[in-house]
Parts: sequence; C-alpha cells; structure tokens
Amino acid sequence: MLLALFNINDYDASMVDKSKVAIVGIGETEYSRESGRSELVLTLEAIMAALEDAGINPHEVDGLMRWSVDTSSEAIVAENLGVKSLNWFGDINQAGNVGAALVASACAAIRSNLAETIVIYRGVNGRSGRRYGSGAVTGRRGQGLGAFSEPFGLLTPQHGLAMMTQRRMYETGITSRHFGMVSVTERFHANRNPRATFFDRPLTIEDHQNSRFVVEPFRLFDCCLETDGGGAIVLTSLERAKSLRKPPAVVRAAAQHAYASTRDYTDTAAKFIAPRLWSQAQITPSEVSVAQIYDHFSPFVIFALEDYGFVARGEGGDFVESGQMSWDGGILPVNTSGGHLSEAYMQGMNQLLEGVRQVRGTSTSQVQDVNFSFVDTGIGTGALILEPDIYG
Amino acid sequence: MDKQKDIMIPEPLLMPVIEVEHSFFWESLSKNELRIQKCSNCAILRYPPNPMCSQCQFFEHSWELMSGNGEIFSYVVTHQPTHSAFRDRTPLATVIVELDEGPRLVSNILNISPSEIKIGMKVRVVFQKMDDEITLPFFELID
Repeated sequence: MLLALFNINDYDASMVDKSKVAIVGIGETEYSRESGRSELVLTLEAIMAALEDAGINPHEVDGLMRWSVDTSSEAIVAENLGVKSLNWFGDINQAGNVGAALVASACAAIRSNLAETIVIYRGVNGRSGRRYGSGAVTGRRGQGLGAFSEPFGLLTPQHGLAMMTQRRMYETGITSRHFGMVSVTERFHANRNPRATFFDRPLTIEDHQNSRFVVEPFRLFDCCLETDGGGAIVLTSLERAKSLRKPPAVVRAAAQHAYASTRDYTDTAAKFIAPRLWSQAQITPSEVSVAQIYDHFSPFVIFALEDYGFVARGEGGDFVESGQMSWDGGILPVNTSGGHLSEAYMQGMNQLLEGVRQVRGTSTSQVQDVNFSFVDTGIGTGALILEPDIYG
Repeated sequence: MDKQKDIMIPEPLLMPVIEVEHSFFWESLSKNELRIQKCSNCAILRYPPNPMCSQCQFFEHSWELMSGNGEIFSYVVTHQPTHSAFRDRTPLATVIVELDEGPRLVSNILNISPSEIKIGMKVRVVFQKMDDEITLPFFELID
C-alpha cells in the first residue's frame, strides 16, 4: 500500500495556484540512432507537431523556453516560426534535468501576463552527435571543481550518480535486482509503445543481471538510451485552452529545486521539492494515478518513489519487485511509455509528453480514470501534477 | 580479478587545472601535506574549496593539516572508459574517502583490486608527485 507520508493538514494552502495554466499541445519526432538532420530541424518539426496538435498558428507563439544544453536558440527558433513578437524567452541550466522547471517558469510567466502562448522544446542528436556518456562531452577537462574529481576518473553524470547509488545500497539494502525490475517493467511498457526504441525487444531480469557493468553498480540495462530526436509542448492559460483543439492537461502544481544546505549525501532533490509540490497540489502521494520519473539510471526511479513519499525510504525496491510500478496491475504505474531506459532519452521531454497523454487518455499503456498525473524531470529538480480540466 | 593497471604509479592524463582560489591546496600537496580549508570564524572544514563559509558567510579561512586517515565512504568501478585518459586503466575504482576529520575526498585506492573494495575500509593518504606542480592525494589500506 502507498503510505500517506505527507499529511494534508500540513499543507500550506497559500501555495495553490489560483489562475490555472494548461499544456494544450504535444509533439515529437521519431526516435532514432541517427536522425540525418540538424538539432534545429528536429526542434522545428517537434514544435510544428505540437502547435498542430493544439490548433495554434506558429505566428501566435510569444514565448519560447529551452534546456541550456539545447543548441537551438530561442532567437533562431522564433525566426523560423515567424513569431510576431517574442515576449518571454529563456533557458535553465541544470544539464538534462530542467523539463518541469521550465514548465514552472512558463506557468509563472503566463499567470503574470508576461506571455500568452509558450512553447518548451528539446531537439538533440544524442546518439549521432554529442554523447552525454562521454567524459570529453560532459567532463570539465580538470577545470573548476573538476580538478578535485576528474583526475581520479569521476567524469560524467553516471559516475557521480553511481557513487550515490552505491552508498544508498549500503544504507538501505536495495539491490541490483531491484534496479533490474525497474528496467524490466519499463521495457514491458515500451513493448506496448510502437514509438519506443525497444518496442520489439523484450527484456528479462536474467538479461539485466547478466548484462555487463558500465560503471559499477550500473549495468548496461540500468542506463538510459542515447537518442536522436525532438519534442515540444505548448502552454497557455486554462481560460484560452478551453477554446482549443485538444482537452487541456491542467498544471495543478509545478515546482523546481536545485540546492538544499541540509541535504545528506544520499538524499535526492525529490526529498526537498516534495513538501512544496504536495502543498501546491493539495493532494497526497497516494492520490496520484500514474507517474513519470526521470530515469537516467534505473535506481533513481526507486529513489524518487521513496524521496517523494510514495513509499518509505528502503521500501522502494520491494514495491518495484512486487509489480507495483507496472501498467499491468500495479498500484502506481511508472514510466508508461518506456521512459528514458526503453523509449528514448529526451532529457525529461518524454516524461512531459507521456504525463500529458495520461491526462488525455491516449497513452499506449493508459491508466484508467486518471485524476492526477505526476511528472518528475530530474529526481526532484522539477516536478508537476497534471490533471484533466475539472474547472468547468 | 585483474589488478588495476598502472596501479603502482597511477598517472592520470587528465590533470587538475589549478585556479587561484585553490592554489594553496595544491601547494600543500606538493609538500606532502593534505590541508583542508577551515573557516576562521566558525572553524567548519570545507572541501572542495569555496570562497565563503556556507554556515556563517565568512570569507577568511586557514588551511588545516589533516591526519590523512579515513575510511571508504562509497565507490564506483568504471568498466567502460568514458575518456581517453582512462582508456587503458579499466577496471578503475574511484572512491570517496571520508577523512577522520569529516571532509570527503574523491580519490583512488592503490595496490588493491577493484573487486576487493568495500565501504568502511580504513585508509590513509599516499602522496604521488605527478609533475613539478601537481601532487595528487591517493589512499591505501591500513593493515
């Protein structure tokens, strides 16, 4: 059973958004190992698909936001879209982990009347171009704080995250087999999703346990894919959303988080964003119908389940192993498109798109009667609660 | 298991770039001293170096000499090199050592197979001169 670790009486009602913003359009390209086109072209294709989905003319877009690591500037995108006036723009710099943080910023801008229609986009040749698993790409060449870690072989995101995982295994008793069940469950979801990279390739727990170590304790099938592709979402006020083409996914809560002075080594950011997220949403974790969680590495799905309060610390492994994150009978289906491990690695854009599909009822692993669709895009660096339009 | 290659004299090709605010740390190492930044106001140790104390926002600091003893706090083993500097050095264990005084350092353990490394093992610092400017702090097991 899901534990109500957060008591509704503890919530701060002043954090509730009074004027709602909604995601009204989603778009993506195909996912591949070699797109054969530029990141800008992938970006524009995804944005046009999202605007077509929403029924909004590209000239009407007045806000553009992106990941700092995205190479397509707001200016060049605006030029191609022919926007009449770009009134809100910006990027957030926290590597891949900024999807929901961008949504939180976009919501604030729309509520403040700084912009009316904001597109958040991501277009990347993550396999044929810059590969984030490479120390030459994500390392700092021994500069800055890299001077104190890189000479010893700690270079890439996977190194730091593997280090934290090892310590958390030691502290909580979670095992590689638990991690494997995350990978196996997500692969099962991908096998139901024709867009997924691993649509036609099943995965067993034995496959996972027999796969080679990349950076121990991470095995090959604990690691996200490397993908070429693009994705985009369109946001506007709920008031305007009501006249658009598709049913809106209302942003009930959106928060971001980057640093906490009281953080212990094995805490994820989820522990610190959670109280604010649940306060904004005025719901408990047990009320969430379906969750998308940033799965750069499989153990972090379990850590997120624990640190957001869906389960107690140390119990996430058993939760996953007993099938509770599966679309097929689980109490909280997680990463229903196959996630970064088996659909594509779009640095959190997957989570945003799938979170919206679950509200619309269009996922290939659709959960019935979704009231609250949870989206994490960085184990606590940003998170959303999406919901259908219940506001008449 | 294979011993780590180059284990006796590790020679990272990826060397630290010394920045002005960190220079005293590296100068101390070249004298075979492990010194950690200490706030002159509240005496809290901090590593890696930072301009300001996160507790009291004091800029002034000294560099406290460490015993060099500690234990393994966590570790990873790189099997697939992610940088050309480590191409011939896998499997390579990278550890976090928690010093007896509290600060945690990233390092390597000398003279041990990666498969033998465990959290909680007691270690002590070993200074390895890399060139005229850089001496790196490695660790070895205390018997």
